[in-house]
Amino acid sequence: MAKVTYIEHSGTEHVIEVPVGTTIMEGAVKNRVPGIDADCGGACACATCHVFVDAAWIEKTGKPGSMEESMLDFAEGVTPLSRLSCQISMTAELDGIVVRLPAAQH
Amino acid sequence: MPSRIVIVGAGQAATQAATSLRAGGYDGHLVLLGNEGLLPYQRPPLSKAYLSGAMGLDRVVLKPMEAWDEDKVEVHLDAEVTALDRQAKSVTTRDGQTFVYDALILATGSRVRALPCPGADLQGVHYLRSIADADGLGQDMQSGKRLVVIGGGYIGLEVAAVARKAGLEVTILEAAPRVLARVAPPVISDFFQTLHRDAGVTILTDVKVTAIEGTDCVAGVALADGRTIPADLVLVGIGIIPNAEVAREAGLKAEDGIETDVDARTSDPAIFAIGDCASRPLVHYGQRRGRLESVHNALEQAKLAAAAILGLPRPVEEAPWFWSDQYDIKLQIAGLSTGATYSVVRGDPSQKRFAVFHLDADNRLLAVDAINAPPEFIVGKQVIARHGQLAPARLADMSVSMKEIGAGA
Repeated sequence: MAKVTYIEHSGTEHVIEVPVGTTIMEGAVKNRVPGIDADCGGACACATCHVFVDAAWIEKTGKPGSMEESMLDFAEGVTPLSRLSCQISMTAELDGIVVRLPAAQH
Repeated sequence: MPSRIVIVGAGQAATQAATSLRAGGYDGHLVLLGNEGLLPYQRPPLSKAYLSGAMGLDRVVLKPMEAWDEDKVEVHLDAEVTALDRQAKSVTTRDGQTFVYDALILATGSRVRALPCPGADLQGVHYLRSIADADGLGQDMQSGKRLVVIGGGYIGLEVAAVARKAGLEVTILEAAPRVLARVAPPVISDFFQTLHRDAGVTILTDVKVTAIEGTDCVAGVALADGRTIPADLVLVGIGIIPNAEVAREAGLKAEDGIETDVDARTSDPAIFAIGDCASRPLVHYGQRRGRLESVHNALEQAKLAAAAILGLPRPVEEAPWFWSDQYDIKLQIAGLSTGATYSVVRGDPSQKRFAVFHLDADNRLLAVDAINAPPEFIVGKQVIARHGQLAPARLADMSVSMKEIGAGA
């Protein structure tokens, strides 16, 4: 397990223990964190699991793949901290990561 | 507002309906009736990451029981609904339990079309719809075995890709002149045929299966032209049938699927139908209606039904969309190409990154098939939903970005 803090657009925080090997998206969906839709279930096909990774953690999440980068380019309000949360697998190194959720996914 | 809502089904549509009802402020009684003995799960991975072993059961399940409890949903997982009494406003299960509703959501899904030929019940003949199906198929899929796939649709092609990676010999049998004939244009069919053949899959088109041969276990698949294709296991993927019988017997309008209006409401105002089992107005395509077999449709109709039940504003309908993963290829489709008069290819199929845009006589975009091409898919989906027109020459010009193309449509 590794800890993820999800901060909703409204400021509400959810601190969730997410199993290592599963994704930040799955941690949100399975624990009813609102704001991550993940319509495609993690196939990198829909861009509805956009998050902003806290600046202190963005390096550790690595670089987005080319499909993800290409999908992200069309997400609303995209910044250099943007990632698709279905493409970030939890590792022990990411224990404590903080991600912020956008106002809407659609 | 109703005080008792019953959802029949436990797939993606049913799950989203429950989630949207609670998110929309519904605090009454909420019952979910599944019949697979499993918590609601995602089906798309069953022919992809779950079958390959990359994704376990815990990840395929949509959310754990605690999340259902927190949402105060009364979940029954062995409740097969066999009757609907619209006067009494109740549904009854095979084992005799009755559930009363004020509003009913039918998310009964679909079942596989059975292969109508001798030998179809032999051991080693598989279908793929449920976790149990995927587990059975997965157990039989051992390196070196010969898999014959009957039906060159998405399920067949996705399983073929997983099987090749697992070291099986794979033959795909398709009755039409090309794979994906029902759902994709020839250029996309050609692309996938080449992709699979390059991966070592044998594809036979224009063939008719007459029998599955074997004594106890499958040994081969007999074709009308006299050939027999040797097989250790067979996967049949020849389409699905909507589970509309209970609705039809209760007098709801249901020819090919349970007919709904734009709010997912059936001909009975207290009953809604969502997902694979429903036939809905295709709002971006004039007066047409139809069934859409996709996750997007399941989620969208669930949201429409929840909003209608709660008296909330109707969510904006997206263009229908769909995806398929095979090897390192992601196919994303938006829209419906029926009625298109011509198509434009953008990009180069030999580079494994291109898209096919389908337009009507007024240059209105109806559909896009995108291969490893998210910008084409995303912009195309948006343009379809706003019924935008595109200039074919610009569309084919790779020096014009999809953002520019979308901005002008």
